[in-house]
Amino acid sequence: MPSEFSKALNGVKVKHCKNTSASESVRMPVPDRVVIPMIQHMGAPCTPLVKVKDTVTVGQRIGDSDAFMSSPIFSSVSGTVAEISDFVTSSGAKCKAVVIAADKEQTVCPDLQPPVVNSHADLIKAVRDCGLVGLGGAGFPTHIKLNPKNLSEVKTLVVNGAECEPYLTCDLRLMLEQTDKLVKGIEIVKKYLELDEAIIAIEDNKPEAIAKLTEATASMDGVSVKTLRSKYPQGAEKVIIFECTGKVVPEGKLPADVGVIVDNVATLTKIADYLETGMPLVEKLITVDGSAIAEPKNVIAPLGASYKDIIAFCGGYKTEPRKIIMGGPMMGIVVTSDDAPLLKNNNGILAFDEKDSVQEPETACIRCGRCMRACPFNLAPAQLDKAYRSGNVDKLRALKVNLCMECGCCAYVCPAKRDLVMSNRLGKQLLREQSN
Amino acid sequence: MENKLIVTPSPHVKDGVSTSSIMMNVAAAMVPAAIAATLIFGVRALVLVLVSVAFSVFFEYIYRKLMHLDCTISDWSAVVTGMLIAFNVPSTLPVWMVILADAMAIIVVKQLFGGIGDNFVNPAIAARIFLLISFSGRMTTWADPINFVGGPVDAVSGATPLAILTAADAKVSDAPDMINMLLGIRGGSLGETCAIALLVGGIYLIWKKVITATIPVTVLVTVFVMSLVTGLNPWYMLVSGGTMLGAFFMATDYVTSPVREPGKVIYGIGIGVITVLIRAYGTYPEGMSFAIMLMNIVTPHIDGAIKKMPFGGVSK
Repeated sequence: MPSEFSKALNGVKVKHCKNTSASESVRMPVPDRVVIPMIQHMGAPCTPLVKVKDTVTVGQRIGDSDAFMSSPIFSSVSGTVAEISDFVTSSGAKCKAVVIAADKEQTVCPDLQPPVVNSHADLIKAVRDCGLVGLGGAGFPTHIKLNPKNLSEVKTLVVNGAECEPYLTCDLRLMLEQTDKLVKGIEIVKKYLELDEAIIAIEDNKPEAIAKLTEATASMDGVSVKTLRSKYPQGAEKVIIFECTGKVVPEGKLPADVGVIVDNVATLTKIADYLETGMPLVEKLITVDGSAIAEPKNVIAPLGASYKDIIAFCGGYKTEPRKIIMGGPMMGIVVTSDDAPLLKNNNGILAFDEKDSVQEPETACIRCGRCMRACPFNLAPAQLDKAYRSGNVDKLRALKVNLCMECGCCAYVCPAKRDLVMSNRLGKQLLREQSN
Repeated sequence: MENKLIVTPSPHVKDGVSTSSIMMNVAAAMVPAAIAATLIFGVRALVLVLVSVAFSVFFEYIYRKLMHLDCTISDWSAVVTGMLIAFNVPSTLPVWMVILADAMAIIVVKQLFGGIGDNFVNPAIAARIFLLISFSGRMTTWADPINFVGGPVDAVSGATPLAILTAADAKVSDAPDMINMLLGIRGGSLGETCAIALLVGGIYLIWKKVITATIPVTVLVTVFVMSLVTGLNPWYMLVSGGTMLGAFFMATDYVTSPVREPGKVIYGIGIGVITVLIRAYGTYPEGMSFAIMLMNIVTPHIDGAIKKMPFGGVSK
């Protein structure tokens, strides 16, 4: 049995820096060129379905795979395929990318039409055809998440509107601007998965969203809004499940195993949108911010648009950027150039100036214990760091490095500036290599 | 973009606390006691503190330099060690003995074991014990506190309250009263006598979240309870000897104390028990430093025994 937890999980108080909370989302103009990689999800890469010089339309399927764990990819612009190039993802995986020269007409694919959904199976097919993946950041294919083996045991949908990462406000804007679609999406999932309840979880630093969703769901049965304390990482899957239901997802199990499914607000909103319009996932609402950005704002950008084009739409760089991050500052991944394309699971682009980019050098661990007090999962990051650096696989296993979700709380508080998250990431890899 | 982008692992923001900011806070927390020591024992106390800090930093610098290691003096830990060493000696101690203690603490106890983070006992405690055993006479030659009205009185070689109280023919009436004990107007090591100044510094450290209250509270409660058990005056035991200095500043050294809170409780109880046992039954009148050093040594075992099941962890 998992250990019983009666008290709140640890975590850290981060500076919110939600500078763009009041910035209504704006759609950027179609860029000249988009680069659409064939991996934008957890799972197998897609195979391009188009050739160079093919004409493509908005919403046309340009990549798909027969693999179970995958998600189809659609063109976000109309135009001509200029190139099928090689692409390396942030995790180092290699795949193809379809490069499209946009004609700026945005001709919609004629085959698109709203799907007919009358059953759970219809919904799963529709969600796959929409190319939907977890939009909160992980990119887990949604049609797999909504189709767990133990469907009859799943009773609760947790709607993740925590948005605990600093800077990011796109989920807040979505909750405010597309409230009805979000509620519709929740209703659809709750209905076809035959769930008892849906809990919309929002951090208390977003009172407008809490008020608006409380009002919108007031008359609905089994749908409630849960106010979370603002504390990082409230939006992490296992944390939000615990906060909303008191359930602990045991090691090696999925949320569905404890009867819960967690979906991000953006994911659920897109489900409703797809059922209404038939337009698959071709654009994304993201937050663009950071000390090097001239005009931080929330932008609706076509997938595959380069960071450079998106940032140009935000007034360009105020100062020379020294670090560009996809995602939030706690878990986001750096890109090596602003030619990087926008992917399905990106929810923010942050560009920082010199001062905010340079990391202080690592010094010796002074055993202050701050990392242990910060870790939401009660791990011992300092000991894991030591175990990894000495290659002690048994110790890594005993200290359960596999449970680390890489939220970054430990490294955030470390006074010796040690790369504790990196050690855990590499420690997990070492453990995997050893068990193979 | 002219320069290449910086690539680092997440997280990309930090909370601003660094090793040096922590150590600076500890040094700042000791300032009230240093001022009190100067007022109580005269300028010589301040001189010893400054000399000790200077030489601790010097020894750290020169060792790291000669060994071709990164210079670590900017982390302020040598400053803290230097202050603690001075706090642990009588104001009458010859300057060269203080410098020798600095060398012992920084070079032998700290650097030879790998520098900050790797020493297995608190360097300042080890230095104090080294001095006490090597120069017992000089280490127990106490200057009487300055008479606040009439200037310094050089009645040297007075006994400390603990020595008075724990001697075979103890007469409570010979020891200073509680008010003087709290203010620190008594014989003793220069930084340990003013309980109020140490308490102010300790509370500052807890308020600044540099330390948690666990170790000081368990040490003090245990000393109190054990004093009752062994028939000593519990209130008196709390403010005499090195109890306050030890509980707030020496026992709480991160490197040599357990990291998890339950471990800190065991550690604190251990220090309290050993301290009072030495005071009540041992040859030495004071046992705080021995108690801390002994518990420093068992700290890795305490840490090993305190296991916390991670969230969602399943025992196999």
